[in-house]
Formats: sequence, C-alpha cells, structure tokens
Amino acid sequence: MRMVAEADEDLVEIVLLSLEVSLSAVAIAAVIGMPLGAWLTMYRFPGRRVVIALLNSFMGMPPVVLGLVVYLLLSRAGPLGQYGLLFTPQAMVFAQTLLVLPIIAALTRQTLDDLHRDYDEQFRSYRIGPLPGTFILIREGRYSLATALLAGFGRASAEVGAVMIVGGNINHVTRVMTTTIAMETSKGDFSLALGLGIVLLTIVISINALVLLLQSREKLA
Amino acid sequence: MDKRNLKLVPGRNPGESPDPVPGTDSAAVSSASLAMPGTSRAAAILPLELVDVGLVSGDAALLKEINLAFGGDRTSVILGPNGAGKTLLLRICHGLLSPTTGKVRWRDPDLAMHPAAQGMVFQKPVVLRRSVEDNIRFALKACRVERALHAGCLAHALEASGLGPLAGRRAMHLSGGERQRLSLARCLAVQHRVLFLDEPTAHLDPAATRRVEEMIALIHEDGTRVIMVTHDIGQARRLADEIVFMHRGEVLESGPATDFFARPGTAEAAAYLRGDLIW
Repeated sequence: MRMVAEADEDLVEIVLLSLEVSLSAVAIAAVIGMPLGAWLTMYRFPGRRVVIALLNSFMGMPPVVLGLVVYLLLSRAGPLGQYGLLFTPQAMVFAQTLLVLPIIAALTRQTLDDLHRDYDEQFRSYRIGPLPGTFILIREGRYSLATALLAGFGRASAEVGAVMIVGGNINHVTRVMTTTIAMETSKGDFSLALGLGIVLLTIVISINALVLLLQSREKLA
Repeated sequence: MDKRNLKLVPGRNPGESPDPVPGTDSAAVSSASLAMPGTSRAAAILPLELVDVGLVSGDAALLKEINLAFGGDRTSVILGPNGAGKTLLLRICHGLLSPTTGKVRWRDPDLAMHPAAQGMVFQKPVVLRRSVEDNIRFALKACRVERALHAGCLAHALEASGLGPLAGRRAMHLSGGERQRLSLARCLAVQHRVLFLDEPTAHLDPAATRRVEEMIALIHEDGTRVIMVTHDIGQARRLADEIVFMHRGEVLESGPATDFFARPGTAEAAAYLRGDLIW
C-alpha cells in the first residue's frame, strides 16, 4: 500500500508501460475492428457467416496460444523476424492488438447488426447508401460501441500469457503489471505484487463502472 | 372524420406557402407544384403503374399478375385479410422489393427516386435515438430538403402532429402512438409527393388510432398522395377514397370506396365485409 501511496518509481514505470501497451493495442484494434464489424454488418458476400463464426471464436482465443503464434512470427527465423520486434513493447502491442481485435470487431458487428435490423428499411426508404448508413448506425450505437472498446481494454490490461511470451518480462523494457505480479508472486515477494494488484483491480473496477455508466446513458438515449 | 374540416397550419396550406416544395431538384417541378393551389404535389410523378407484377418465393406465388395504376390525389387503401400480399405490394411500389416479374413505372422515374418524392411509414414505427425534433431534422436532411426550409418544415410538423410539447423528449421514451405520430410528422415536414403507409395503426389503441388517422387525413389535405395498407374495414371506410381489395396475392377488385362498400364485386370481398373468415 505504501508503494502505491508514495507512487514508487518502479511501480509507476510499470503501470505507465502497461497502460501505454494496452491503450495502443485497443486504439489499433479499434481502427481495424470497427470498420471490419461495420463492413460485416452492411455487406453480404459468400463466406460471411464463416468469417463471423471465426471472429466470434477468436474472442475466446487463449492468450498463451496467441503469444506462441506471435512469438513464432517475430522470432529471428519467423516471417517478421527481420524487424527485430521480439521482446519489445511493440511486440506486446502487436500481440494484444490481435487479442482485442476480434472482441471489438465482433461486438461492433453485433451492435450494428441489431441497429441495422431496426433501421434498414427506413434507410432504404430515404435512399441512404451503405456508407452513410454505417456512420448513422455508429452514431446511434455509440454507447454500445464505447462499451466494446472498454471490453477490449479490460481484456488487454488483464492479460498475462501473450505479453509474457513475446515481451519476455525484461526489467525497465517490457515489464508490465500482469507479468510483474506473476514474477513477484513466484519469488515470494508479495509487496510489489499486491501494490500492482491493487492498481490493476482499480483499473478493472473503473472500466466496469464506466461500462455501467455508458449502459445507463444508452437507456436514457 | 370529416377531412374537409381539418385545420392546416397558416401559411403552409397548398398554394399559400411562399416556400418551394422541399426536396425537389427541379425548379420547374417546384414551380409547377406551386402553380396548382389545392392540388396534389404528386402529379409530377404519378401515375404509378404496376404492369403484370408478380412475386415468387420458392414455389409460392406471393403476388400474381398485379395490374394497377395509382393517380390523382385520392387516398387509396389496399384492403384484404392477412397474407393477401398487401404489404409486399406496398414495398414493391416503394422500391424496397423488386418484383420477380412485371414492371413498376412512375411518370417521372428520376424524380420519383428522389428521397423526398416518396416516403413510407412502417407498421412498427422507426425512430432514431435522438430527440423528437432531431428525428424530424434527420428526415429533412436525409431527404435533402433545402436547409433554409428546415425551421419552417420542423415547426409545421411539430404543430400539426401535436408533438410540439414533446419536441425535446427522447424519441425512445415516447409511447407507441406518439412514435407513430413522429413517423408521420417526419413525412409532414418533408412533404413527400407520395406516402406509403403499412398498417400504421396495427398496434395502437382507439385513441392513438384516431390521432394517427387525423394526421393521415391532414397529410392528404396537405397535398400528399396517400396509399395505405390495412385490414381494418372501419379504418378503410373512414379514410379511403378508393379501395384495392386483395386476396391470396391477387387484386380481386379496385375502384371507388363508396362503390366497393355498397356493392362489393366479388364473393370474397362481400364475405370479408360481412366479417366472414375467408382465408
């Protein structure tokens, strides 16, 4: 508790890196996942159901499996080995982006699909095309979409397996809250682990409070 | 309801308004509409003709060789039991469905496809998650009504629909009847040339139905050609100038409402009017 109250330098560094990695991953996943979800809502093409099923399945992807795949991609002998990204924060962002992307894309599709069902005929009556229609749906579903982003952030910030494998938990380089908690616990040093646990728990509770707030705003809309 | 006694908003009566008819690309058409006080603005795009229109789904023929023409400025009611194909026919007229066979022809197809030219109100009212007035503003924008006209159109729609006191309320918080009135208020604001109504009072109580019917009559008086679907015989009697009677995907008869109700031309129509179960 003292470390948290006194804003211990190591603890702050770890918290900031954790937030930087997770927020970057969510931002990148949002830029790719939201248009992908919208596209799956508005356009019909062969194999669409398969893509949706895969997307839904990847929402439950085990982080360690994803970490292993990213490790193989980024390792020296892998297809992306030449970029030397393994054991860097960028590798962790890459892994978390892949972890969060299906969540954001699938929840976006689900949200927009429900709205599309309600508004499709009215939009066609107004001769509103798919692209402007998508922007209107995004506006109508903004609270649910914000919830999708928060769900993605919650998943990224609490994840340990993938970042441990591709980041390597290197002190002052790739050490984040979850990997530190795991390491310190295994060492039997619980003070830092508990301090970080409190911070992580606070973040998760704050996210859930925000989700509840957004859901209540949506009911009022 | 006596439609002649309906009160229109001052300054917005057909022929009295200094505003051009909103939602038209063609200045010539706007001028033509203004030059016809008290007449329907639908004249520029009507008649709407359906020639040998058919709709097949799998092995089922849902609509069979429909031949109809909608012209003039009357209120047409498509009447018939459930499953007769009324809603499908309305969707084909509005362009939401394509017929399997036959053709749908408008007098001016380009103008008819303008979003302001024709509108549709659905059985389940569709409202956006915004305030009442923002819903109307959305319709004006979506139908590309000139921005300078928005304030006047909005005020007209709110006053005529009686939704003025609810202008700032979230549309999702309205009752079913109020939502349907909002759907009609959007049409009042845009002043469509032709309005299709798909059983707009299907889920409403008598009081809400009455208010919606008053609005439909007002929209008609305001110069919009109304084509609506119902299976409510009483409603058809109250609103219709002409009846299209459908049964099992076919138009069995069409003509003036007074003639239809006094002397139905087919055994099915006569049975339907008696209240017999003809399905």
